Amino acid sequence: MMNVIWAGMIVVAVIAGLCTGRLESVTQAGLDGAAGAVEMVLGLLGMMCLWTGLMNIAQKSGLVAKFSRMLRPIIRILFPDISTDGKAAGAIVSNMVANIFGLSNAATPLGLKAMDELDRLNGGSKTASDAMCTFVVLNTASIQLVPSTVIAIRAAAGSADPFGIIVPVWISSVCGVLVGVFAIKFTQRHGVRRLPGRR
Amino acid sequence: MGILKAISVGVIPVLFVIVLGYGLAKKVNVFECFVEGAAEGIKVTIRIIPPLVGLLAAIGMLRASGALDFLIGLLSPVTGFLGIPSEVMPLAMLRPVSGSGSLALVTDLVTRYGADSFVGRVASTMMGSTETTFYTLAVYFGSVGIKDARHTVKCALLADLAGMLASVWVWRLLGQFL
Repeated sequence: MMNVIWAGMIVVAVIAGLCTGRLESVTQAGLDGAAGAVEMVLGLLGMMCLWTGLMNIAQKSGLVAKFSRMLRPIIRILFPDISTDGKAAGAIVSNMVANIFGLSNAATPLGLKAMDELDRLNGGSKTASDAMCTFVVLNTASIQLVPSTVIAIRAAAGSADPFGIIVPVWISSVCGVLVGVFAIKFTQRHGVRRLPGRR
Repeated sequence: MGILKAISVGVIPVLFVIVLGYGLAKKVNVFECFVEGAAEGIKVTIRIIPPLVGLLAAIGMLRASGALDFLIGLLSPVTGFLGIPSEVMPLAMLRPVSGSGSLALVTDLVTRYGADSFVGRVASTMMGSTETTFYTLAVYFGSVGIKDARHTVKCALLADLAGMLASVWVWRLLGQFL
């Protein structure tokens, strides 16, 4: 997918540039973009380090684990069919908390572990269980307390108000998560394809 | 203005106090821990450079050739109907497909239109409130050999659409308070 999009963008740009006679500025823009990318990343490096450093303290001090225990009751509401299984529930909640804290390096392995546990409960079936669908939808939506990368990009781009997007991001995230969870719960209850789904 | 703005500005310092306070109370070597995490942050951030170089070059070329404006023009009936600024439409379309691609588009938009412009704010909010849906679907379901994801893809894309529209409308409706 990315191969086609990326190569397509450049080929289209060159052809369009030839047609409009702007080939020289197309070439220049390509070089500027490449240089700008390095400049941008160097500009946000400091803030990203500050953030990952702080989050490492949150993780090592056990604050993240403590937060996970507090979130445990949510599992009963979102995943009623697996809430009695300690391993699966633990992995799911750890993944969610890692996402909330923006610990993306930790979130994916925890998420894969949760999928493993759910797969075990699903008997290794090739059809996703209700709990799996709900869990994956939660991960395709974003639940991040501080969208650090975007804030760093805004700061590096010279924003007077880099943090001003935090509350709007929360509102939009909550809209996305609620719609996703509602949609998945609705289709699980009333959908045309309940488990075991027809193929 | 007021509360919402104060929350946005206050979250990070408050988090610092909570995390450091908790760490000290638990007798963690907070500075050592910080340095270790920051070193990890360098590795993660540097890893963004190669894809970003390729993608920002491509986006810059597409824009300079006039093709991007043409695409945005083609999409404007749809965006007008949904109330989305047409400049962020390519981002809304690429966001579920490619994380680095959308990061490059956001970078391009905030540099070109300004991070504090309407377009810049909406783009930042979209980027922060959604995920790379198709990548997540592939990795998670792929890891346990699921062939039939049932209704997950539709629900995930519906959630993305809700997040995208909310990113625009939150600024349209609450912009004066933020």
